[in-house]
Amino acid sequence: MAAAIAAGAAPFPPRALATWFHRRPLLAAWLLLVPPLLWFGTVYLGSLFALLAQSFYAIDEFTATIVPRLTLATWAQLLTQPAHLDIVLRTTAMAIAVTIAAAIIAFPIANHMACHASGRMKAFFHVAVMLPMWTSYLVKVYAWRLILAKEGILAWCLAALGLDGVLDALLRTPGIGGPSLTSSYLGMFIVFVYMWLPFMILPIAAALERVPRSLIAASADLGARPAQTFWRVTLPLAMPGIAAGSIFTFSLTLGDYIIPSVVGAPGYFIGMMVYQQQGTAGNIPLAAAFSVVPIVLIGIYLALARRAGAFDAL
Amino acid sequence: MRSSRAWDAPSFGSRLAAWAGIAFLHAPVAIIVLYAFTTGDRSYDFPPPGLTLRWFALAFERSDIWQSMRLSIGVATVATFAALVLGTLAAFALARSRIRAKNALTLLFILPIALPGIITGLALLAAMKIAGIEPSFWTIVAGHATFCIVIVYNNVIARLRRLPPSWIEASMDLGADGWQTFRRILLPQVATALLAGGMLAFALSFDEIIVTIFTSGHERTLPIWFFNELFRPRERPITNVVAVLVIAVTLLPILLAYHLTRPASGRD
Amino acid sequence: MTAAIELRSVRRAFGATVAVDDVSFAIEQGEFFSMLGPSGSGKTTCLRVIAGFEQPDSGAVFLEGLDVSGTPPYGRDVNTVFQDYALFPHMSVLDNVTYGLRVRRVPAAECRRRADEMLALVKLADMGARRPAQLSGGQKQRVALARALINQPKVLLLDEPLGALDLKLREEMQLELRLLQRRLGITFVYVTHDQGEALSMSDRVAVFNRGRIEQLDAPEALYARPRTAFAARFVGGANVIEGRYAVRGENIEIADPAAPAPAGTVRREGTIVDTQYQGAVRRWQVRTDDGELITATRPDRADTSQAREPGARVALRWAHTHMIELAAD
Repeated sequence: MAAAIAAGAAPFPPRALATWFHRRPLLAAWLLLVPPLLWFGTVYLGSLFALLAQSFYAIDEFTATIVPRLTLATWAQLLTQPAHLDIVLRTTAMAIAVTIAAAIIAFPIANHMACHASGRMKAFFHVAVMLPMWTSYLVKVYAWRLILAKEGILAWCLAALGLDGVLDALLRTPGIGGPSLTSSYLGMFIVFVYMWLPFMILPIAAALERVPRSLIAASADLGARPAQTFWRVTLPLAMPGIAAGSIFTFSLTLGDYIIPSVVGAPGYFIGMMVYQQQGTAGNIPLAAAFSVVPIVLIGIYLALARRAGAFDAL
Repeated sequence: MRSSRAWDAPSFGSRLAAWAGIAFLHAPVAIIVLYAFTTGDRSYDFPPPGLTLRWFALAFERSDIWQSMRLSIGVATVATFAALVLGTLAAFALARSRIRAKNALTLLFILPIALPGIITGLALLAAMKIAGIEPSFWTIVAGHATFCIVIVYNNVIARLRRLPPSWIEASMDLGADGWQTFRRILLPQVATALLAGGMLAFALSFDEIIVTIFTSGHERTLPIWFFNELFRPRERPITNVVAVLVIAVTLLPILLAYHLTRPASGRD
Repeated sequence: MTAAIELRSVRRAFGATVAVDDVSFAIEQGEFFSMLGPSGSGKTTCLRVIAGFEQPDSGAVFLEGLDVSGTPPYGRDVNTVFQDYALFPHMSVLDNVTYGLRVRRVPAAECRRRADEMLALVKLADMGARRPAQLSGGQKQRVALARALINQPKVLLLDEPLGALDLKLREEMQLELRLLQRRLGITFVYVTHDQGEALSMSDRVAVFNRGRIEQLDAPEALYARPRTAFAARFVGGANVIEGRYAVRGENIEIADPAAPAPAGTVRREGTIVDTQYQGAVRRWQVRTDDGELITATRPDRADTSQAREPGARVALRWAHTHMIELAAD
């Protein structure tokens, strides 16, 4: 019977070849991986390596050209100049503040879409979070410039509500203030939180989706009030989501150079420093060394998050 | 009446916070759309003095905008195609295999979106300088494809992992070899995930600025055109119109991708 | 006659867990053969080794005398009915059923003809255009069966095929499967954890435990003469006394502690722990004075259930002839 069934036209590619690979699943997998690995190996890893190598190249002080002579001078310069440390601290502080604020604002939205909305409402919330996330990055930055401008929309709205005094007081506050929201750390903070908020909402919602509703019911059944259930059941189970989201908010803030240059106070941020050093200053070795800083900071952040048990519930 | 509410109904405060958050997310986009129609040519005025379609007509006559638009669409198309091929290969290789280096490879593939974009951009620039490659259409594509691969990879591997292993076994049990199973079972099952991944990759590439600045040289993609306008505010109303066009070009594929991948869509 | 299937010293481990440990047996042509055991006992892995989804680490599988150990699933003339049915959701019932023929490039007209035959055989003649999602559990089960049988396999493998059905439907399908097997004369290899199912349907049953076969026998022999303590307990829930003898609950009489023991019987005194009413019979669980828990099953008549509440003292007795000696573990 098998012979009668197999009597059709010969399959292509030949079955013998299919069987040869079927017996060698690992080889087949590695063969599939050849093109993507070639791409990542040459284009991406090759470039990252080139970047790292550049940070050890010397720079000719007079002609401002790079000479391929190995030196640690750039790294010494990066680590010893107090201004550089300021930039790193300022960027890190902003990243931490943005991460915390994003988590606080994101949680109720995520909780609502994961646990309380159902059917059409859930779909609506998903789209409502996803659309702003995928809306053009530059358009959103541009919008915030219009909103935060000295005579912009936010100022107009606050004046209409009679709250313009509050804004003035905030702008006079040292550290976060400035001549207007478009040139203050406060304005930059608002824009960062806005930009990365969906990256925080979606992982938290995904984590909460995975929490069986029966756990909440069990907590209530065992006598916990809603607030107790939140602190003892919901929040610990949402931690992996918060951790995942915070990696985005932290990493995206550390590396961004457009927001600090479009909306921001005069103080430099890591991304701007990298951009400026490779551009107008023409100091690629210093830019390369500086770009390693966010990687190190993200590494430290991940290690701390892991030690705090942020991934335990995964 | 409190007593008529379900025991786990959200409190008023939590509902307010959720809806306020959604409003916060949408207000800036809404404002930009509104400003594309303002009659004022100094768009910092609020509220807009009146509404008009005049700026759309003016923007459509600008050849520099069309040129940038064409370049962006071209780059996004080629980058998406490369990402579809490479991302799908990677997903199929890693979905079920017992390769030991699986975790390391997964990390490698997601690295371009996990690390700040400026690092990818500067790294590509450094490599181009060392290798003596001039910036061009193709250097932009190379940068975009690198972070688009992971989008396709994630979409396809998520779908592959949701497929019950018994479907593949059933197909082989019924006499289909690896190729036939791929063509008749796996490909139809991942087709929508592929399409969705492609849409997302296209949208991501079309809108990319952080990496593009480093790899584009004198080429002006639409985001670069837009970026220059941010610092040289010549014709604000035109910029507003382009902003609306950019939103439209990116959001259509995103909505389609969402439609293709939502879990409870009833395609079964 | 060559065996339909033969396994010789098959071993399959997953990491440190040995799923199938040096198992050898042969299945005759046309036999209804069941593999019975608790979950994790190795029965499903054995089935997957026969189907070709798992490669044995050592040992060999023979299909009608031919070594197929290295042959991929699509090269073996066996077909499987999966526990979750594994119907392809993007194909109609008809396309699911003809899949095996189509991948072998059988002409469309013949595909159609044989599919109609098969769908009629499983009583789904007018369901060809439906999608799997539009079918009930029992209908999916039949489609899975038709999809496998249309290829006229030498052996049909069934992996707990009735597990997802409710009790009534399961009993109907048991009968139908049995009749179908007799009519087609195909060898069936049936995996189940339900001893009643295995006993009522099979020609022979292999009892699996911890990757090994504890006993391989016809149902009657398995029930009447369990060879190991595990087989005795798992098939029909026999009592194991002193670790060496099996006594079935229905052969144990409950008597007054004062009553004398007739000649040729064994007698144990103890206290009733619990009783369960089960319709035709009543189960009594008695803790004997030497600490063993023994279950007696008696027809539920007034004379046995009188005034024997948990806590009451009773004597249990059974004939020597009802004690089955077990092999040492």
